[in-house]
Order: sequence, then structure tokens, then C-alpha cells
Amino acid sequence: MTAPAHLFPTGLEEPAAPRRTRFEEFWRLFRRNRLALVGLAVFLLFFATAVAGVFLTAGNQPVFDPALVRLQEKLRPPLSPPLLEALAPGEAPPLGVYLFGTDDLGRDVFARMLQGAWVSLTVGFVAVGISVLVGVFLGAMAGYYGQRAVRLEQLLFTLLLIAGGSLLAGGQIGIGAALLVAGHAWLFFSLSPWGFRRWGSPPGWVRLLLGRVMQVDTLIMRFVDIMLCFPSFFLILTVVALLPASIYTIMIVIGLTSWEGTTRFVRAEFLSLRELDFVAAARALGLSDVRIIFRHITPNAIAPVLVSATIGIASAILTEAGLSFLGFGVPPPHATWGNILSDGKRFIFDAPWLTFIPGVAILLVVLAFNLFGEGLRDILNPRLRERN
Amino acid sequence: MIAFIGRSLVQKIATLFFVSIVSFAIIHLAPGEPSQVDPLNPKFTPEMVERFRTAFHLDRPLAVQYAYFYRDLFTGRSLSWKDNQPVMQKIRERFWNSLPLFIVGTLITWTISFPVGIRSAIHRGGIYDRSATLIAYVLISIPGFFFAYILIILVVTHLKVPVVGMRTFGLWDTSWLFQTMDRLWHMLLPSALGASGGIAVLSRYVRSQMLEVEGQDYVRTAKAKGLPWEMVHYKHALRNALLPFVTMFGLILPGLIGGSVIIESIFSWPGMGRMAYEAILARDYPVILTVNFIAAVLVLIGTFVSDLLYVIVDPRIRL
Repeated sequence: MTAPAHLFPTGLEEPAAPRRTRFEEFWRLFRRNRLALVGLAVFLLFFATAVAGVFLTAGNQPVFDPALVRLQEKLRPPLSPPLLEALAPGEAPPLGVYLFGTDDLGRDVFARMLQGAWVSLTVGFVAVGISVLVGVFLGAMAGYYGQRAVRLEQLLFTLLLIAGGSLLAGGQIGIGAALLVAGHAWLFFSLSPWGFRRWGSPPGWVRLLLGRVMQVDTLIMRFVDIMLCFPSFFLILTVVALLPASIYTIMIVIGLTSWEGTTRFVRAEFLSLRELDFVAAARALGLSDVRIIFRHITPNAIAPVLVSATIGIASAILTEAGLSFLGFGVPPPHATWGNILSDGKRFIFDAPWLTFIPGVAILLVVLAFNLFGEGLRDILNPRLRERN
Repeated sequence: MIAFIGRSLVQKIATLFFVSIVSFAIIHLAPGEPSQVDPLNPKFTPEMVERFRTAFHLDRPLAVQYAYFYRDLFTGRSLSWKDNQPVMQKIRERFWNSLPLFIVGTLITWTISFPVGIRSAIHRGGIYDRSATLIAYVLISIPGFFFAYILIILVVTHLKVPVVGMRTFGLWDTSWLFQTMDRLWHMLLPSALGASGGIAVLSRYVRSQMLEVEGQDYVRTAKAKGLPWEMVHYKHALRNALLPFVTMFGLILPGLIGGSVIIESIFSWPGMGRMAYEAILARDYPVILTVNFIAAVLVLIGTFVSDLLYVIVDPRIRL
């Protein structure tokens, strides 16, 4: 891609892009951080295991059957060969040995670990995905539209919608649906040109409804404050215990209780970025707000989000394991690392591998995410970059 | 100053009000009801269920239930639905069990993290720093209950440290000194466990604060004018690095309730976390809500205290 020669008279170099692309620069710095590199390697291995685990343990005739009960083979230590004469054909472990031993029902721990890897992976990624989406969205709104005022009527119909939605979810269908319909009607009324704008000089009660209550920024950040008042593990435990047990509940609940940090620093980034020239330029070009927010500002504000998301995955995996341990995890027939560990605690002295194998697996994966996240932070932090 | 205190008090009370609404809504809108906890129990005839619902106002609209609950909470009359004990009394008992664990854990955390973090920062990149970093990451990443079981195996097979409960059973009529030692002995493992995560996080934080300050110009100046080594690190650098930690005294308050559920249930420690866990299992709404309310109050007091401390220690901050 050389420019035509006549554009650059003799003696002038053509303007060159930085010799290294951003990714190359990133990789060059990243390679020097050995711990982070190890973290990345473990993460890739874990990812491959989880994906392989889905294929190897699912279906009617799985290669590794995590649910196959062999009572005559219970609590066999790792690497022990199966007693073939005691087993029906087809019940023998596919590897020829019980690689990780068997549990108190004679189920192959290796197969169960394979099955559980996917749960840990999805819990981590989905929960963090939810929290990043919510966090970035609210942070962007607070940072970009922070100075706008919220009108009383807007607050009121939002309240109506929330109350309606939660009543509906709580089982009171009649009132809930009525509130939802009323809220939506109000929403359309207030947005439509025949709505409040009809009045040239509105009567007193309309003026009251249109009155400005607080700024968008205040509203969102006070909401963050309210959410931060709940001790997070206790809140998650309460909600998970009250709702029907399922893996999706856990993901959603973890995601919806961990977005506050993201919101705070996305807002902070937005507050400084939106004053910069490139935003002014984008606005001068007549770009829509949505485009400015999501195409121009967000990519520049995303670095700290990435770091906290990586570490968030680690803590989501830990939270899931903790919930499983307390008996609120994924319901029984499905294996997760947390519930293998929590089942194994009853045999801690007779069959320590039931505790140690899942425990070490969780430790390694969480450690990998933490190291990777910290490495990312060092690389993305320009102040540290100069010093190195 | 007074204006700041007044303003933040109003703000915190408003926050608390919304917290009370949100937590009440979360609990009551979840599907199922406490009257259905034990549907297979033959003693639970529909009439009984109806009587319970009336007695606990469960048949009233949510807003009325909310008013009833917080009226009872503030007049100290709210009763646990599980055993009809006054909630505040239950919490008080459990609080006195949790408090020593919390205090000892916090002391261990703070006394270990600072030397470790400071040393790591001073010898940055050395073997000590690198191994401390790795250990810190392992401690952050290890699931608490797994770590607890490793320690239990270790302790039960090699050392003679008790792992269950708060005191030795049947040791009621021994001397005061003996009982105190017994309790301290029982506290060792749970508090060490509770502290381990804190040590990892705090020592990393101390290290990064120290590094931040060590890179400042005044530290370079102090080194350049030939001050002794200890003087530079401990007087010029450390004092300035300590600033953010003063405010953390406020922020550790909520740990009194939040972080102890798993540890207390492993060690059968009859503390607040375990009570909250049992209350959740039994759908004992008044206890859950009260614990939640107290936790929120602690968080708010904590942030308030830390704001105040910030103003006191850092003269650059004006309100």
C-alpha cells in the first residue's frame, strides 16, 4: 500500500502508520508477563476441556457417562482399574482405568468433572456478560446523559412498569398485567406528540408531573449506592434459595448483582472522554447519540471493563461453587465442580480425591482468570507501561 | 463540615429507605410462601395454614405487610416465624458470637498484610515479591470451603486444634482462664481462614500503594540527598502510602455479616452468617429482612465513617 510517488516529493517520507498494530504491541507486552501467559494457557485448556466435555458427556450414548451408577465400584481411588467381572458390558470406563476415581455411587469422577467444566464456564461467562452489559449501559447513560433531568412522570411510569413486572413475576397476574398495561399506555402517551406536549400552557397538575425531579446521573448513581448496600453473597444466596433451582437462575442472579463496579468506572471514563475533541468532532458530523456512545466513546472506555470482566469471571465461578457447596447450586443429577466437592466432603478422610480433584480444578481455573486479568491490567495501564 | 454530615445523613437515610423497599420486594415477590415450606407435614391442614397467614399478616396487601414489618422492627417487637423468638434478641446472641471471630480475623489480616505488602514493594520484582504475589493469587482464587477442608485434614491428622463449634463440649465448670483459652483455641482455624482472603487482597493493595508512592518525586529527592534507607522507605514513602488505608477502617464494617456464611457453616460456628443461612432455608422472612437491614446500615455507617476519616487525615480535601 504505497502512496503514489507524486504525492511525496523527494526528501519527504510518506506518513507511516505505527510500525506495529495495536494487537502486536499488546502481544509483545503480554508475552513478557509470564504469569499472565500461564493464565491464558490454562484458560484455553479449560475452554477446550469444557467444549469437549459437552460433546463427550451429552446425548443418549455418551462416551463418558457421568450418571452411570456402579454401586459395586464405589469410592475407588484415582487410576484404579475397574473390576471387569463385576461390571455389565458397556459399564467399564472408556479409558480402561478410573482416571479420577469414582464417587460414593460408583460414578466416574472424570466424566463428572468433564460435564461440570461446561457449567463453570457458562456460569462465568454468562454472569459476567450480563453484568458487563448492564454496567456499561447504565454507566454510559450516567456519564453521557448525566446532566439531563428526569421528569416526575417518567419516574412514575417506570415505577408502574417495574411494579407490574415484578407482580407478574411474583404470580399476581391480574394486578401485574393491569399495571404493565397502564405503564405502557402512559409511556406512549408521554412520548407521543398528542401527549403532554399538546398543552401550550399546561394546567397545574400537568406542570407538577413535568417537573424535574433529579438528574439522570443522580438517579443512576443513587441506584448503584442502593445496590451496594446489600452484602452480595448473602443477597445471591437469598434470591437463589427462594427461586426455583436452575443454572440459569444462578447465572442471572450473579450477573444482576455484580454490575455496580463496572457502572462506576464506565461513568468516570465517559465523564472525561465526552469532553474530548473526537467526541465534539463526531457530534459536529451530525452522528446520532447512540453511534457516538457505542462506536466512539465505549471502545475507548472498555479497557478497565475488560480487566474487571476477567476477574469477574473468576469470582462468578467461585460464587457458583460456594452456592453448590451450600446446597443451592445446579440441581443434583447434573454434575458441577461445586457439587462434586460438596458431595465429596462427607468422605473427606476415606476418599480425599473427591474433595481434592474438583477443588484443585476450581483453584487452577480461577487462578488462571485472575492472573490473566491482572496481566491485562498491567498492559492496559499506560503508567505502568512506561515504568517497565 | 456540619453541612456535610447533615447532607450525608439525609442521603443515607433515603438510601436505607429504598434498600428496605427493595429487599422487602425481593423476598415477598419470590414464588412460594413460608406457609408452604413443609407441604408434606400432615399437621399442616389448610385451616392451620390460613391461621398462620392471618397471624403473620401474609393475607394482607404487600404495602400493608411492609408497614407492619418495619413498625415491628423499629419497636423491637418482630418475632421470628420459625421459633417465635424476638428477632433482635436472636441477632444479639449471634452477634456476640460473630464479633470475636471478626475482630481476630481483622487483626490477623491487618498485622500480616502490611509487612508483606511493604516488603514486596520495596524489593519489587525480587524472589520475595514474586512468591508473595503468587501466594496472594492462590489465596484469592482458592474456594474458601476447599481451603477449609485442606486445613481441617491437616489439623485433624497432625495438630490437635479443634475444628467444630465454639467451645469444647462438657467443659462448663472449669476455670475462667481455661475456658478463655479453649475459646481462643476454637477460634484459631475459622479466623485464620476468614483472614486468608483478606490478607491476599490487602497485601496486594498495600504493595500497589507503596509502589505508587515510591515512584513519586519526593521519594527520589529523599534518596538523592542521601537519607538512610529506612528513613526513605518508612518515613517518606510509607506515611503517604498509608493514607487510603485509614479510610478502610470504615469499609471493613460490613464484613461482620457478609463474608462469614460459608466459614461459619463449615465450623458449626453459631454466628450471624449461619443464622442468616438457616433463616433463608426456613424462609424466616423477619430474620432475613432484619439481617439485611442491619447489613445495609453497617455499609452506610462504614462509608460515612470512611468519608469522615478521609477529611480528617487528608488536609487537601475540603467539603
